[in-house]
Amino acid sequence: MKTSLKKFAATVAVTIASATVFSQTDNDAIMMTQNNFCTGFMYQHSSWDEYWEGSFKRPALNMGAVSTQMFGVMGNYGIKDNLNLLFSLPYVKTKASAGTLHGMKGLQDLSLWVKYMPLEIEKGESSFSLYTIGGVSFPTTNYIADFLPLSIGLQSTNVSFRGMADYQYKSLFVTASATYVMRSNITIDRNSYYTTEMHYSNQVEMPDATQFNVRAGYRAEKLIAELIYEGWNTIGGYDIRKNDMPFPSNNMDLTRLGVNAKYTFDKPKGLSLIGGGSVTLTGRNVGKSNSVNGGVFYIIDFNKKKAKKTGS
Amino acid sequence: MEVFFTLSISIKRKQRKPGANIFTHALPGIFQINTYLVMNTKTNHNMKRIIILFAVITLAACNKAITDRVKYSQPLSPAKLDESAGNWMPILLNSATEFAVPVPQLVSGDAYKAEVNEVRQMNASISVEQQKIIRYWAAGGVLRWNEIMRELVALHNLPPYQNGDGTYPFPNAANPFAYPTFPFANPPYAARAYAYVAAAQYDALVACYKYKGLYNRMPPYRADRSIQPQIPVQELPSYPSEDAVLAGVTGELLKLLFPADTAYISLKINEQKNYRLWAGVNVRSDLDAGEALGKSVASKFITRARADKTGAAVGNAALWAQLETQTVAKGEIPWISQETPKRPPMLPLFGNVRTWLMDSATLISTRAPAPPLTGSEQFKKETEEVKWYADHPSRERMEIVHFWADGVGTYTPPGHWNAIACEDFVSQSFSEVRWARNLALLNMAMMDAAINCWNTKFFYFNPRPSQVDPSIKTLTGLPNFPSYTSGHSTFSAAAATVLGYIMPTKATGYNNMAKEASNSRMYGAIHYRSDCEGGLECGNRVGAFAVTRGRADGAN
Repeated sequence: MKTSLKKFAATVAVTIASATVFSQTDNDAIMMTQNNFCTGFMYQHSSWDEYWEGSFKRPALNMGAVSTQMFGVMGNYGIKDNLNLLFSLPYVKTKASAGTLHGMKGLQDLSLWVKYMPLEIEKGESSFSLYTIGGVSFPTTNYIADFLPLSIGLQSTNVSFRGMADYQYKSLFVTASATYVMRSNITIDRNSYYTTEMHYSNQVEMPDATQFNVRAGYRAEKLIAELIYEGWNTIGGYDIRKNDMPFPSNNMDLTRLGVNAKYTFDKPKGLSLIGGGSVTLTGRNVGKSNSVNGGVFYIIDFNKKKAKKTGS
Repeated sequence: MEVFFTLSISIKRKQRKPGANIFTHALPGIFQINTYLVMNTKTNHNMKRIIILFAVITLAACNKAITDRVKYSQPLSPAKLDESAGNWMPILLNSATEFAVPVPQLVSGDAYKAEVNEVRQMNASISVEQQKIIRYWAAGGVLRWNEIMRELVALHNLPPYQNGDGTYPFPNAANPFAYPTFPFANPPYAARAYAYVAAAQYDALVACYKYKGLYNRMPPYRADRSIQPQIPVQELPSYPSEDAVLAGVTGELLKLLFPADTAYISLKINEQKNYRLWAGVNVRSDLDAGEALGKSVASKFITRARADKTGAAVGNAALWAQLETQTVAKGEIPWISQETPKRPPMLPLFGNVRTWLMDSATLISTRAPAPPLTGSEQFKKETEEVKWYADHPSRERMEIVHFWADGVGTYTPPGHWNAIACEDFVSQSFSEVRWARNLALLNMAMMDAAINCWNTKFFYFNPRPSQVDPSIKTLTGLPNFPSYTSGHSTFSAAAATVLGYIMPTKATGYNNMAKEASNSRMYGAIHYRSDCEGGLECGNRVGAFAVTRGRADGAN
């Protein structure tokens, strides 16, 4: 993108059951300029009252609507124009509107990404760029993963590798990415559990997962409006049996459709608001969740500050 | 790039621990490609640090090998053979010789020689797959069947999903494959299954050891020195085979208790018989006589099971309504299902099932005294205490709640105590027959504990804390039956009492575990303090009956 202050926006989070994998500009094609730091807060509310037990969609009468609220702080720092470092840290709170089960809350996983743009070709009014993104996320607290669907997360340490391509013509763009997520084993409070067989251990093998994200729409200096289609696919894992409880190593799959918009103010310069929402289209061993989100971000330009200092 | 590789290799060396292979998955190529792309940019110290962090975390994410505590149990190698176990007191058999075992063929005869030849040939060409099966069963038949049963319980411990009209279907033993598959292996059902199998295994092995002593036949590796026994040899007569006895008795009972799993059970029966031939420790007639004896003993236990009143324990709509109205008539708040749609209570008549260690009059006398009246100050105080635990869930208490939860989809609390017992028994080097005797005492105590507890629950029909105060949110699944007394507390105290008798040096530890299991239900906000304390007291009382039996059964 040819802008002096390159854009920053938060994307919809990928909600697995109620455990939330938070993602941010790690899957959009927008880079922060060198020595610019964009930071802000995000809020997301998602809820579901139906879920998939394997491929069987059923109501969750003993939980009513299972809602997840997420308050996230996040940021993106431009190490170089084509190399950014990103982070996010959400606080998550879950609740079931019916039944007796207690909701959970707490600080979830810290995510860090390195986003690199090795290639950018600009020709007339169109541009094409490629990105690689490497991410790690790890739990910041000893929250309980084995209390799905009310757990706030899954406790695994994840390493993700993403390839992404972006094409823009005038103010219209399309971005596509594919991700492989390696997930570490997790430790649970029980020392035995049944998946498709008995395990006598407190360690749970978490299957790896893939993710895709396709987004397209309008992208200009002041306004971004986009439609997002994304998916999460666990490679392996097992189905929830009929009327069993969900478990972190279930085969969780989903696709969802979302919208996202971002408005950048002229004054005060560097301030932007974002908002969006999504619906789950298909799923397996996850809740059929709908979500809305909003956030406020501010860009601090360290170049200017430096310049001011030397000037005075 | 070079710098990165050097670093990553040094990390590898640092992380490797003796005996732990953390590199079951190699670094995927894609990782290196990504790194390469980044490193092609101007070298940057921060970037290097980030990449190293990635590498370390990637390695952590790659380590997926899980060590299972029971898969590779050591082969059974008893410290004491218990050759005289044929004189121990059976549970249901009139005597160890109630079922006749035919006199074996002479070892000098051609028929026996042919059998030894068969074993020699099998023993000389054991496949890798057969070696795995030998290694598995060598840990002990009683142990392995107990594990198999725990797995079957976990497989079947799922409450049926509701019908479209808001009612619930019940599993049907006559049609076990249709949904809901038979059985719903809930805690009372599981306690009963563990108890029948353990008690029958014990009686069958007492009879087996009796005939071993009587016929005193040598094992094939003594008849033919070229046969290499593949498991630690126990100098016990080989006819009838104790493994075949176990396969016969357990197989018959499990097919009754888990009829939808007959194919799996048959597979295990055949494994347990065949491994004895491959291992060179039994001939075929040892197995045939053993299996027949096991089946005969099973038939006696099956007759008892069919008449023990479990079949009627579900009750019916009239009974479910009556439980509620009679509690209201006493001026008390009755238990009401908190599920949507409301589910009938779990096995309301299980309290009438036939006990092992006491008669029904004694059962009633061991029932817990009345809980605090639902209108009393004490009840209010205890409800407030539960509310406090619900509202202040510390991580330590949550760990206790989840460690002991043993809810839906697990082997249940009796299964948990079987797992605890078995892991400790392995270190005690018990003989096969002593394993059976100890698990029989444990599981008869837990089944009687279940009967005692269910009798108490449905006599008082007390509401759960979250029913009387809906602001109480539970930290584990809420069981669908009345509150007083706590099942976990009753099972755990009974188990701890029996295990403390068997392994006196660990008695304090078991009591502490029982107390923790009991408290876990209050921390989880599903039981009042008096439920837990009342349950522990009843469990201790029931466990004492098993100890009394143990002291008199001739095994000491």
